[in-house]
Amino acid sequence: MSKTKHFIDQIGLPRLIIGLFFIILIIASVPLGLPMDAVFSDILRRWLMYSILVLAMVPGIQCGISLNFGVSLGIVCGLLGATTAVELSSQNEGVGPWAALGIALVIGVVLAAVLGVLYGLLLNRVKGSEMTVSTYVGFSIIALSNIIWLTLPFKSGELIWPLQGIGLRNVINLEGSFGGLLSDPTVTSTQPFPLNYLAFDIGGLTIPIGLILVFALCSFFVWIFFQSKAGVAMSAAGENELFTKAAGISVDRMRILGTAVSTILGAVGIIIYAQTFGFLQLYNAPLMMSFQAVASILIGGASTMRAKISHVAIGALLFQGIMSTALPVVNKLMPNSMLPEVVRIIVSNGIILYALSKTRGGHQHEK
Amino acid sequence: MKNNGWVKKFRSFVFENKVMLLFVVLTTASIIISGLPLTVIAGSVFERFGRNGFLVLALLVPVLAGLGLNFGLVIGAMAGQIGLFFAILAGINGIPGMLVSTLIATPLAMLFGWMVGRLFNRMKGAEMIAGLILGFFADGFYQLFFLFVLGGVIPITHEGLMLPGGIGVKNMIDLKGYRMPLNDGSGGETVKGFIEGAFDKLPIGDLITAITIAVIVYLLVRGVMVMMKKSTFGLRDLALGIAAAVSFSLLQIPAIKQLLKINNLNFLTTLTIVLIVIAVWQMARLVYAFILHKREGTEKTDVEAKSPSDVLSQSPDQKFLQKSDSRRSLLILLLCAVIYGLTYIPPIRTIMRFIRIPVFTYMLIAGVCYFTRWLLRTRIGQNMRTVGHSQVIANASGINVDRTRVIAMMISTVLACWGQLIFLQSLGTVATYTQHVQVAQFSIAALLVGGATVQKATTKNAIIGIFLFHSLFVVAPEAGKQLFNDSQIGEHFRVFISYGVIALALAMHAWKAKIKPNLGISAVTGKNDKDNSKIAESS
Repeated sequence: MSKTKHFIDQIGLPRLIIGLFFIILIIASVPLGLPMDAVFSDILRRWLMYSILVLAMVPGIQCGISLNFGVSLGIVCGLLGATTAVELSSQNEGVGPWAALGIALVIGVVLAAVLGVLYGLLLNRVKGSEMTVSTYVGFSIIALSNIIWLTLPFKSGELIWPLQGIGLRNVINLEGSFGGLLSDPTVTSTQPFPLNYLAFDIGGLTIPIGLILVFALCSFFVWIFFQSKAGVAMSAAGENELFTKAAGISVDRMRILGTAVSTILGAVGIIIYAQTFGFLQLYNAPLMMSFQAVASILIGGASTMRAKISHVAIGALLFQGIMSTALPVVNKLMPNSMLPEVVRIIVSNGIILYALSKTRGGHQHEK
Repeated sequence: MKNNGWVKKFRSFVFENKVMLLFVVLTTASIIISGLPLTVIAGSVFERFGRNGFLVLALLVPVLAGLGLNFGLVIGAMAGQIGLFFAILAGINGIPGMLVSTLIATPLAMLFGWMVGRLFNRMKGAEMIAGLILGFFADGFYQLFFLFVLGGVIPITHEGLMLPGGIGVKNMIDLKGYRMPLNDGSGGETVKGFIEGAFDKLPIGDLITAITIAVIVYLLVRGVMVMMKKSTFGLRDLALGIAAAVSFSLLQIPAIKQLLKINNLNFLTTLTIVLIVIAVWQMARLVYAFILHKREGTEKTDVEAKSPSDVLSQSPDQKFLQKSDSRRSLLILLLCAVIYGLTYIPPIRTIMRFIRIPVFTYMLIAGVCYFTRWLLRTRIGQNMRTVGHSQVIANASGINVDRTRVIAMMISTVLACWGQLIFLQSLGTVATYTQHVQVAQFSIAALLVGGATVQKATTKNAIIGIFLFHSLFVVAPEAGKQLFNDSQIGEHFRVFISYGVIALALAMHAWKAKIKPNLGISAVTGKNDKDNSKIAESS
C-alpha cells in the first residue's frame, strides 16, 4: 500500500490522472477506426510546436519570478518579427524563405531581449506579486499589440486587409514565406539537399526532424545556460534570495537575466509555432497562450519554484497529446461538439489552480 | 506656514489621486476629440451607470476584508445567468421573473461564494491570481453545464432556448421572451419569459405602492411589538405613518395615478427631488439639534447615532461635534442651493433633460451603497476591517479570520449575482457563453479608475470610477475614428486601458508594499490620518 502511495507521490497525482487519460484516449481511438499514423503525426507535430513556448517557462521559474504569464510580451515581439519578415519577403524577390525565417528570429529575439530586460526591471519592483502583475502586463501588451497591428505601415497584400489598405489581417498565411520549412514534408521536399530531410514521411507518419532539432537546440542552450556560472547563480537566486545575497550574487540582476531569457524564448517559440502551424494569428489569438504554456509545464511536474527541461517535454507531450487526440475521438462520438475545448479550459486552469494551492497552501503571507 | 500646508495638501492630493486625475484628463480629451454631443454622451453614461453600478459596488467588501480585488466576480455573474435561464425556461414575465431568477441564483451564489472563500483561505496572499484563474476554471464548468448538462442530462424541450439538437443552450438568450402557444386550445400565442427592463421600466406608481405597503407592514409589526410591550412608538414611526397615509391617499387620485405610470424620470427632476429630500432632512436635523441644544446634555447621543460617519469617530467632546454637525448641515444646505442654481444654466439644463434615470435600478444601487456603509458599523464589518489590516492581530483579538473572509466572499458573490441580473434585464439579451467573461475585468478597472487601490476602496471611488471609465468607453471608438480614421483603434484602446489600469494598480500596490518597510508608513499612506494609525498598529 505504501509502495503505491510512494509511487503516486513521486509521479504526482495530477500527472498520473492526465497521463492515464491520455493513454485511454489513444487506446479509444483504435476501435473508433481513427487513422493511427495521422493521430501520432499530429501528436508529434503539436508536441514540438508548443514545446519552445513551454520551455520559455523554465528560466522564469528558475530565477524566481515564478510562472511567467507575461510571456505574451515575447510572443508579441516574435509576431512583430514574423510580420516584418513576411513583409520583406513578399516585397523583395531576394528574400527567400530561409532568410525570412532568419529575419523573423533576429528581429523577434532582439526586441524580446530589450523588452525582456525592461520587464525584468518591473518585476523586480513587484516582488511577491509577480504572477498577478505579469498576467495583466501580458493582457495589456496583447491589447496594445492590437493597436499596433491596425497601424503598422505594411504594404504586402498577404498581410493587410485588401479593401482598407491599412491594418493587418487576423490570420496571415505563411505559405509564401517560411511556413512549414522545418516540419512540412510537402514544403521541405522542394528544398535542396540536406534541407529536404528536415521533415519526411515514413509510412504515413510525419517526422519533423527540423522541429526536433530546433527544440533540442533550444533545450541544449537552456541546459548549458543553467550549467554556467550565471545559470547556477540564477537558480540559487530563485531558490533562496537571502543566502544568494549573502554569497555576493546580485539577485536582481539574475532575475532580470532570467526574465529576458524567458521572453526571448517566448519570441522564438511563437515563430516556430507559427511556421509549424502555417499561419500567423494576430490580435487576441495569443491572449491565453501563456496560460497554455503555464499549464503544460505544471502538468509536466514543475512547481511554481522548480522546473526542469524534462518537465517541458513531458508536460507539452501530455497537454498537447490530449488536445490532439481528444478532438478526433470526441468528434467521432459526438460530431460538432465543443467538448475538447471545454476540457482544455478545465484541465489547463485546474492544474494552475492546483499548483498555486500547493505552493501557497497554509503559507501565511502576512508581515 | 499655512500656505505651505496648502501646497503640501495639494501635492499629496495629486499624488494620491494620480490615476483618477490622469483619467479625468484622458476622458475629457477623448470627449472633445470625439465631437459627440454632450447630451448623447451623458445619456449613455447614465444608462451604463445603472447597468454596471451594482457590479462595481460588489467589489468593495472583499477589499475591506483584505482579499484584494475580487476577480471571482465572474462566478457570481454565472450564478445570476443560471437563475435567469431557469426563470425564462419557466416562462415567467417581468418582476416575478426577476424574483424567481433571484431566488434560484442567490443560494447558488452563496454556495459558490462559500467555496471560493474556502479556496482563498488555502491560498492566502495569492487571492487575486487565484481568483483570476478560478474564473477561467469555473467558466469551463459553466460551459459544460450549458452545453451538455442542459438538455443532455436534464431533459429540456424549449425551441427558442435550446440548440436544434436539443442538447445545449443557444448562443443568445432573448429577454424579450419567446412565443408560446396558449394551453386553452384556442390556438393563440402568448409571449413568455419577457424579463427585459423588469426593473428599469418599473412604473413609479407601482414602486411607490410597493414601498407604501412595505411601510404599512413594518408599522403593523411595530404595533404588535408595542402591544407586547417590547417597544414604544417614537417620532419616527409617527412620521412614517403620516407619510404612508399621505402617499396611499394620493395614489388614489386618478390624475396622479396616470402621471405615475411613467417608468423613468429625467435627471433634472430626479436631482430636484433628491435635493429637496436632502434639504428637508438637513433642516430637520438643524431644528432637532437646536432643540437639543436648549435641553443641553439630555439626549445628545441620539443625534449622533443618526449620522453614520460619526459613530466610528465619536470623541468625548460631544459639544464640539454637535457644533461641527450643525455647521455641516448648513454647508450641505448651501451646497444644495448652489447645485439647484446651476441647473438653471441653459446647457446644463438641456443635458440634464436628456438623461433618463431608471428609478428602481438607481434605488437598488443607492441601497447597496448604504448596505456597504451600514456593514462597516456592524460587528462583522469591523471584524472584516481588522482582518483586512492584519490577520495576525485579528487572530490575536479572537476573530475567526477564515470565517470572516469566507463571509466577505459570500457577500461579494451574491451581490455580483444580483448585479449581473440587473445588468442583464437592462441589456435585454444574454450572450450565453461570453456575457460573464469580462464582468470582473471591467468592474475592477472602473473601481480602480475611481482612485481605489488593492487595499482601500470606497463607494465614492466606485461611483466616480464608473462615470469616468464609462465616459471613456462611450467616446473612445468615435475619438479613434476622428483621430485615426478607424473606430476599431478606439475600441482596442479602451480594452488596453482597462487591462492597463489593472496592471498599473497591481504593480503600484506591490511596489508600495515593497518599499513600505524602508520609507516608514506615514510617507506611503500620506493624508489619511485615521488609516495611518490603524496601519501603524498592525505593523
